[in-house]
Amino acid sequence: MNGTAMNSMQRTLTTLGQQEPDRVPLFLLTTMHGAKELDLSIEEYFSRAEHVIEGQLLLLKKYRRDCLYPFFHASIETEAWGGTTIFLPDGPPLCGAPVIARPEQIDNLQPPAVMQSPGLCRVLATIGGLKAQVQDTVPIIGVAISPFSLPVMQMGFDSYIELIYEQPERFERLMQANIAFSVEWANAQLAAGATAICYFDPVSSTTNIPRDLYLKTGQQVAKRALAQIKGPTATHMASGRCLPIMAEIAETGTAVVGVSVLEDLAKLKAAAKQRVSLLGNLNGIEMRRWTPEQAEAEVKRAIAKAGRGGGFLLGDNHGEIPWQVPDDVLLAISAAVERWGRYPLDWVDDWSDGGG
Amino acid sequence: MEELIKPFRAALESLDRIAADNVFRQALERLSPIAAVEQLVVPALEQVGAAWEDGRVALSQVYMSGRFCEELVEKVLPRSDPDRKHQPRSAIVVLSDYHTLGKRIVYSMMRAAGYELFDYGRMDVDELVARALADKISVLLISVLLLPSALKVRAVSDQLKAAGAPVKILVGGAPFLFDAQLWRDVGADAMGRSAADAVNIVHGWMGEMP
Ligand code: B12
Repeated sequence: MNGTAMNSMQRTLTTLGQQEPDRVPLFLLTTMHGAKELDLSIEEYFSRAEHVIEGQLLLLKKYRRDCLYPFFHASIETEAWGGTTIFLPDGPPLCGAPVIARPEQIDNLQPPAVMQSPGLCRVLATIGGLKAQVQDTVPIIGVAISPFSLPVMQMGFDSYIELIYEQPERFERLMQANIAFSVEWANAQLAAGATAICYFDPVSSTTNIPRDLYLKTGQQVAKRALAQIKGPTATHMASGRCLPIMAEIAETGTAVVGVSVLEDLAKLKAAAKQRVSLLGNLNGIEMRRWTPEQAEAEVKRAIAKAGRGGGFLLGDNHGEIPWQVPDDVLLAISAAVERWGRYPLDWVDDWSDGGG
Repeated sequence: MEELIKPFRAALESLDRIAADNVFRQALERLSPIAAVEQLVVPALEQVGAAWEDGRVALSQVYMSGRFCEELVEKVLPRSDPDRKHQPRSAIVVLSDYHTLGKRIVYSMMRAAGYELFDYGRMDVDELVARALADKISVLLISVLLLPSALKVRAVSDQLKAAGAPVKILVGGAPFLFDAQLWRDVGADAMGRSAADAVNIVHGWMGEMP
C-alpha cells in the first residue's frame, strides 16, 4: 500500500490499524486560526457554524492536514450547564464563574439536554456542514470533555480535588450526571457526521492525580462512558503526562492517546504496545517562537521516535495550536511531514537525537 | 530533624492527616514553631514540589499537602507572630486569566514557609501595576495558565520599570513549564517550576535586598 497515494481517511485508518500508510497523517489541530483566515474576531468566528465550516475547510487545504476539527472551545459544554464563556481577543475562550458554587448543589444536578443548548447545536451544524463537503474522505474529529475532567470547569479545580478525596458519594453522583451528558453529546456528534470523538481527559493524567487514584476514578469513568459512545474515541491528556498509565488507558477501549512533550515519544510508543495509536507530541507553546528549521527538526524527531510501523498521528501535544503560532511555522510543519513522513521511513536509521 | 522529613512527606503524599500531625508534634517537642516549620515543613513540601516537576507526584497531592501544612502552620504561627517573615513586601496575583489554583498552591506554600504576602486575587495589567506601586511591593509573584496571559507579563514588567519601581517579578504556571525561555522573553526576573521554587527564590532574593 506504501506506493499509492491515499486520501486522509485511508491514511488515518491504516495507521490506526497499526500498519504503515503512504505517509504519517498530519493532525494539525487548529481551531482559532480559522478566524484569522476569515478576518473575524475569535468571538465572531465562533458565533456561526458557517464561519467554522469555511475556516476549517480553508485550513484543511492550507496546511494539507488530514483531519477536520470542529472543536469550538471547552466552555461550550459548560454553557449547556448554565455557564458563560469569556472571549479574549488573542486567545482561547474561557469558562466564566463555576456553575456549581457549593458541593451540595450536586445532589440535585440534572444533565442538560444537548439539543436545547444553542452552542452545542452550533457545533452539530458545523459537523453536518463539513460532512456534506468531504463525505468519508477526511476524518472529522468531534470533541467531548470527559465526565471526569469536566468538573474542573463546573466547580473549579481546587473544589473538585477536595470533592474527589473527601466526598466519594457526591463525586459518584456528579459522575453519573456527567457521564449521561458526555455520552449524549458524543453520540450526537457522531450522528451529525463526526468520524471519531476526542475524549479530553487531562485530570486523569499523572500530572494531576496519582496512578492509584486514576485506577479508582478516571479509568472507571472512562470505561463506563466509552462503552456507551457509539464510535471510535481518542483519549487526550491535553499535554499532561501518561506514561505510567498507558496500559490502563488502553484498557478503557480507546483507539488513540494524545501524549505530552514532557515524556519521551519512543518510550510512549513502546508502552502503547500497538494496542493504541499515539497522537502528538509537538510543543504548541514553544511553537510560537520556532523557526521553520526548528519546526522541521521537531517533526523529524517525532516521526523518528514514533512513526515506524504506523500507529502514529503527528500533531501538537495539547489538542489545540495556540493563536500566537505563526503561519510560517505551521506551513513548515506541513512541508516537513510531506518530506520526512513518507513511508518507509528509511532515513530514520541514520537519524540521531540532538542532531535534529 | 532529617529523619522526620521522610515520614512527614510520606504522610502528606498519602493524605494521612493524623500521621502528618503526629510527626509535626514530634518536631515541636524539640524545636520552636518557626524552626519546626523551616526544618520540617518547608523541606518536605519542597520535596513534594520537586517530585511533581519530574512526574513522580501528582498535582492533587501537591495541593492537598500545601493546604494541610498551611493549617498546621497557622495553628502554631498565627498571622501576627513576629517570627513570620514580613520582608520583603510581596504580593501574589493571577494575571489576566481566571485560573486560581496555581496561585492558591503557591500562596499556601509561602505561608506554610512563614511568609506573609498580599493576595491580589485576579487582576489585569493596569490594575496590577497601580496596586503594586501603591503598596510599594518589592517582590511580585505572578501565576498564569494561558499563553496570552503569560505574554502580558511583558507589559507589567515594562510599566513597573518605567515607573522606576525596583520590583522583582517571579513567574510560574503551565506555559512557563512548556517553554523554558518564556520567562526571559516576557521580562520576568525568574521563574519557578513548582510552588516550592517560589520559597527558595524569594528566600534568595531576600538575602540580596537591603
Ligand atoms: C487539566 C487541564 C484542562 C482541564 C481543566 C482546565 C482548568 N484548569 O480549568 C480542561 C480539559 C477542562 C481544560 C480545558 C482548557 N484548557 Co487545559 N489544560 C489542563 C492541564 C493538563 C492542567 C491545567 C491545570 O489547571 N493545572 C493545575 C495548575 C495549578 O498547574 P500549573 O499552572 O502548572 O501550576 C503549578 C506550577 O506551574 C506552579 N506555579 C503556578 N503558578 C505559579 C506562580 C509562581 C510564582 C510559581 C513560582 C510557581 C507557580 O505551581 C503549581 C503547582 O505545582 C494543562 C497542561 C499541563 N500539562 O499543565 C492544560 C492547559 C492549561 N490548557 C490549556 C488550554 C488552552 C485550555 C482551553 C482554553 C482549551 C480551549 N480552547 O477550550 C480550555 C480552558 C478551560 C477553561 N477553564 O475555560 C493550555 C493553556 C496554554 C495555552 N495554550 O494558552 C494548557 C497549558 C495546555 C497546553 N500545553 O497548551 N484543560
